[in-house]
Amino acid sequence: MPNFMISLEVKSLAKSFGFRKVFEGINFSLGEKESLVITGKNGSGKSTLLKILAGLLRPSKGEVNINLDSQIKNRGERRKLISFASPDLSLYDELTALENLEFLAKVQGLDFKPDELNKKLDEAGLKGRGEDQVLSYSSGMKQRLKYLFALLNEPKILLLDEPGNNLDEPGLFLLDNIIAEQKKRGILVLATNDKREIKYGDKILNLDQQGFSFIS
Amino acid sequence: MGTKSSTWTSRVSALFLKDFKSELRTRYSLNALVMFAVITLTVVSFSIGMFSLSSKIKSSLFWIVIFFSAMSGLAQVFIKEEEAKTSTLLKLVASPESIFAGKLLYNLVLLLFLEIVIVPLFVIMLGFSILNFWLFLCVLVLGSLGLVCATTIIAAIVAKASVKGALFAVLSFPILLPLLVTVISGTNLASEGASFSQGLRDLQILFSYAVVMFVASFLLFDFVWEE
Amino acid sequence: MWWKILIGLLITVVVISVFLMPPPQKELGDISRIFFFHVPVAWVTVLAFLVAMINSVLYLSKKNPVYDIQAAVSSQVGFLFAILATVSGAIFAKNAWGSYWNWDPREISVFILLLIYGAYLALRSAIEMEDRKANLSAVYSILAFITVPFLVFVVPRVFQSLHPTDSIINSQIKIQMPPLVLLVFLSSLLGFSLLFVWIYNLEIKVTILHKKIKESSTIK
Repeated sequence: MPNFMISLEVKSLAKSFGFRKVFEGINFSLGEKESLVITGKNGSGKSTLLKILAGLLRPSKGEVNINLDSQIKNRGERRKLISFASPDLSLYDELTALENLEFLAKVQGLDFKPDELNKKLDEAGLKGRGEDQVLSYSSGMKQRLKYLFALLNEPKILLLDEPGNNLDEPGLFLLDNIIAEQKKRGILVLATNDKREIKYGDKILNLDQQGFSFIS
Repeated sequence: MGTKSSTWTSRVSALFLKDFKSELRTRYSLNALVMFAVITLTVVSFSIGMFSLSSKIKSSLFWIVIFFSAMSGLAQVFIKEEEAKTSTLLKLVASPESIFAGKLLYNLVLLLFLEIVIVPLFVIMLGFSILNFWLFLCVLVLGSLGLVCATTIIAAIVAKASVKGALFAVLSFPILLPLLVTVISGTNLASEGASFSQGLRDLQILFSYAVVMFVASFLLFDFVWEE
Repeated sequence: MWWKILIGLLITVVVISVFLMPPPQKELGDISRIFFFHVPVAWVTVLAFLVAMINSVLYLSKKNPVYDIQAAVSSQVGFLFAILATVSGAIFAKNAWGSYWNWDPREISVFILLLIYGAYLALRSAIEMEDRKANLSAVYSILAFITVPFLVFVVPRVFQSLHPTDSIINSQIKIQMPPLVLLVFLSSLLGFSLLFVWIYNLEIKVTILHKKIKESSTIK
């Protein structure tokens, strides 16, 4: 199967909630193997921008174009290519980690055998905890499980919101690996306040300048 | 790497089973539904005592209990996703259509389960006699189908409101009115032993209501679900 | 401006004629004069509902906030008229048939519209985010409208009708009214419809102005 190049293009993106303008005039484009770090104060709209890229929110103005050989407009197709991890996202507490992963895989049309999933859990440092309810997980473990979920569909575009948030030592190590892998596979967009994470991006978008943004 | 093989049905069933499993563990809706129904039934039965009621009144009471129980338990299916912040998860992995279908199916099963519990209790506690059982069953199933087709999308609407309170009941009642009127009439006919052909008119209305509400909800759901 | 004066004159003339002319229905007497107010007001309630639904559909397809404002305003005015229709209907019922509420299909229909408007407005007040408010209430408005055909078929079957259908409007919608009554009735209908349009437009302008003020005061 031919391996097409993925690209993400953002044109004149703006978002307001009622009268409150979060940002406007955002433009950038990313090609395969490129990564972008979005920085800015809390409330500057980093999470909002990421959510728009993920397809969770509609922009007030502008567009987000995703191309894989040709432009992909179908939401279902986009969903297959994108993954998102954020502190705002929760998995099902009352289900076990395995049940969560099985459900999330099946609903996306992915087929994994239980040992494959267990192997993934091991790699994420959650060995033997697959049959435990997510309720019993520490926040570091939950974050690692979230990454596991995000990577199930081997996304061409990975969006991470404050990835270092809640992470323990093993988690940070895992994150490093994930980011390295993603840079080889496709596009990475990361939103963060943590200066240490800025190194992950080839380009930086700072949302603090009201309305303006620069890419360095 | 997992192979991508699935049909729409397997996705919808995955969603349904997830909700089912979740409910078995937490029993949020189930408890509310059953407890509410049983308590209301007991209150009604006590207050009536030895008094004999017409089948028309008993049919109405039956559906009043079902309606209010549904109002207490059927909105959870969306509210719990919003409150647990798992709705983001769903948006990332499933299409709005499959989510709607999965939730609708779940609510239907929940409601039918409730009715399996309530019908015998009603017959015993209120001396409700059902002379034409098959007609009663058809009315019950079609009526329940109509009820969930109309209220699932309303539940999704209520889940997004900041102040929920009695909103679900307030929004559902006007929409369910034609259904309630018809289903009470049909139940009454079945109770009195009317023939199937006499009940046909009611069944037709119930069926068309369910179809119309399903199609309308299905088309409108996107606007409720997507931000 | 001039047409507002004309509306005012029209309604004034209607009101005067209603009280000066002989009562439209001899058997019922003076109370039947309420017909000239009750029916047009009930008609406006239905009209407002239709307008709200159309605006809701337009909003969902075009996403222009003006349509949302129009839908909301139409519902608010419709709500007011629904209350007037229900109350005037109840007054008539008390005088003509002895009790305020009679389970008559038309009374029920207007009351249901009242409930729908109330639910719509309750929904709007339960949501703070503007986008959500607009989307969700538009969906509800359309959903409610869809149930109306069912109401029309279902409700009359179940309840007997006490509405004086034969003396004034018989079931084939052939209006068997003496010419004077017909004239006053149609003028009243026109007058109230125009009144609705006037209030509707005015309220929309006020709401838009309100929003503009809010908008300019929150710009940093």
